[in-house]
Amino acid sequence: MQSFGEQIRAHLPYQRRNAASLALLVFAMVLTLSAFAEVGLARDGNIPGGLFIYGGGLVVLAFIAYFVQTKFTPYADPLLLPLAVALNGLGLAIIYRLDLDTSADRKATAAAGKKLLEDAADAPGQLIWTFVGITLFVGAVLIMRDTDKPDAPLSFTPKTAQRYTYLIGLSAVVLLVLPIVPGIGAEINGARVWINVGGFSVQPGEFAKLLLVVFFAGYLVNKRQAMSLIGKKVGPISLPRGRDLGPIMVIWFFCLGVLFLQKDLGTALLFFGLFVSMLYIATQRVSWVLIGVGLLAVGVFIATLLPFMGHVNQRIDIWQNPKPYFDGGCLLKSGEVVPVNPDTDIYKKYKKPDVISPGYTACQALGGEYSDSAQLMKGLFALGQGGVLGTGLGQGEPWRTPLSFSDFIFDSLGEELGLTGLMVILLIYALIVQRGMKTAVAARDPFLKLFAGGVSFVLALQVFVIVGGVTRLIPLTGLTTPFLSQGGSSLMANWILIAILVRMSHDARKPAPQAIQDEGMTQIVSTR
Amino acid sequence: MSPFTLTLIKLAFLAVLWLFVIAAVGVIRADLFGSKAATKAAARPSQPRPPKASRQPKPPRPQRSAQHGAPTKLVVVQGERAGTVIDLTGVPITIGRANDATLVVTDDYASSRHARIFAQDGQWIVEDLGSTNGTYLGRTKVSRPMPVPPGVPVRIGKTVIELRK
Repeated sequence: MQSFGEQIRAHLPYQRRNAASLALLVFAMVLTLSAFAEVGLARDGNIPGGLFIYGGGLVVLAFIAYFVQTKFTPYADPLLLPLAVALNGLGLAIIYRLDLDTSADRKATAAAGKKLLEDAADAPGQLIWTFVGITLFVGAVLIMRDTDKPDAPLSFTPKTAQRYTYLIGLSAVVLLVLPIVPGIGAEINGARVWINVGGFSVQPGEFAKLLLVVFFAGYLVNKRQAMSLIGKKVGPISLPRGRDLGPIMVIWFFCLGVLFLQKDLGTALLFFGLFVSMLYIATQRVSWVLIGVGLLAVGVFIATLLPFMGHVNQRIDIWQNPKPYFDGGCLLKSGEVVPVNPDTDIYKKYKKPDVISPGYTACQALGGEYSDSAQLMKGLFALGQGGVLGTGLGQGEPWRTPLSFSDFIFDSLGEELGLTGLMVILLIYALIVQRGMKTAVAARDPFLKLFAGGVSFVLALQVFVIVGGVTRLIPLTGLTTPFLSQGGSSLMANWILIAILVRMSHDARKPAPQAIQDEGMTQIVSTR
Repeated sequence: MSPFTLTLIKLAFLAVLWLFVIAAVGVIRADLFGSKAATKAAARPSQPRPPKASRQPKPPRPQRSAQHGAPTKLVVVQGERAGTVIDLTGVPITIGRANDATLVVTDDYASSRHARIFAQDGQWIVEDLGSTNGTYLGRTKVSRPMPVPPGVPVRIGKTVIELRK
């Protein structure tokens, strides 16, 4: 079977496209600055002072990143950096918009001594994390060397990671398990995916994602021969040997474990999907995809049957029918859903000064599982409010959705930019993924091919899981929206991801070293 | 700020968003098919264009006419990498299992540095680089550098390549 990518490979010799990169980067800046300006004009009636701090900060950072990219990776893909900057800038603008502390109204209210709504969006914090993220990008591009450079001490190329495949796999698992460890792990907003490091909360899963890609790539490079060649043919597809099913089963059990212990459908789906896709890239065998999809279906089926998986069940129930759960719903053992929102009698019965959540207490009394779909539904209302063209930045009310600046940032953007704007954001993600896949196709080394393909696919899958979740295409799980969501871990991990892709694309696109051809006496002797 | 102005600003911002994506796609397009500016720059004669150039017959392009009828691409027609197309730009193309080959074939029957295809006097020549299993042009074994006519298969291990116009 032939991969489609081969057919478009090497159509034109790769060129330096630094001018195109710069032009797009300037365009991304214009995009960000006009977003800030629109927020200020619509929300506060003037061009905000924040425009110069946030916009100026991002402009300086992005140009430093650009100069490092041109100097050290001149043949790098011209699109990756500008696209990432555009997403980061848009995210910063919408977080600035949601951070009501920056609005003129709120400052006036605070000055008048009135009570303020709770507001967890943090635009200055996000600017600092952007700074850290782009600094990491610059650092990673500087540290990494081309793969054809001889291995000097301390030189580090994307291929160096192949030597430490299993160590990296182990550290990925450790990072994933850390949040469950008492004392280190922290639970924020009901999800146990955080650890506390020196006063900061870090989401190790974001970094584990990258390490897992390295591990899968290193592992599959060694095993792909057997996995892609041996097997018997049944009809149009060739099935692998039974014992080659080992790794996929291990990953499957691991993801089921994540599903059972952390009750996190999104992470399980992300890692399993990543493995299956990399298996497909490594072997080019459709049967692996079919086996993967089959195992996934079996896993989800088991999860819905087990009695202690009520939480996942409920997620699925809310996904199918969120309405009874609005502001609180109670899933009884019989499968019936009883609304326990503030309008119901049972809620009023339990509403006492010492009860924190009357709905939850009422549901406990009924012996059911309590859940609340208000966040999802408010997000959907926001999307509906936005319609095709949106309300315009600064003119909607996206802050009404809880976590509108992180998990539900896509809905916030949908309310203010409309379907027209959301399509652009999805296209930007699609372009980043396409450039990553293109890098994978152009790469010569099989490990780097898998590495680039894996990081691109994991980005695409993550966007699918969270965007699908908040738009009710699939059951909702809390993953970050890459580059948009508020949060340092996600920004740092994704900027490192872009740096790796930039370095690998430079490596793949630069012209091959010219062998000495015309000096008759000289012969090239391979030392390998 | 009047609602009308705000609507205009909103629409303008959406337009900027779309222009950004279109510009990005334009860069990819130029990568794939070559940009207009680059093609023009290549086609333009080095001296400044004489006035009213459009009325005069087009000046012949000596480089192109010398290569008229010469193959422009190398196509892999059989083997693991069938479908791969490499443009012939005048740069020699090496074929083999080594990572630094222009066309890397992962094939047990190919040597690390198996064969080389290079341009000489407007012709493309295939040369065997001392491979174990040999290179075949059509049905003849390549024992010395031989010119490759377009459309004649060159076999290297399990891979078959062809030059095409």
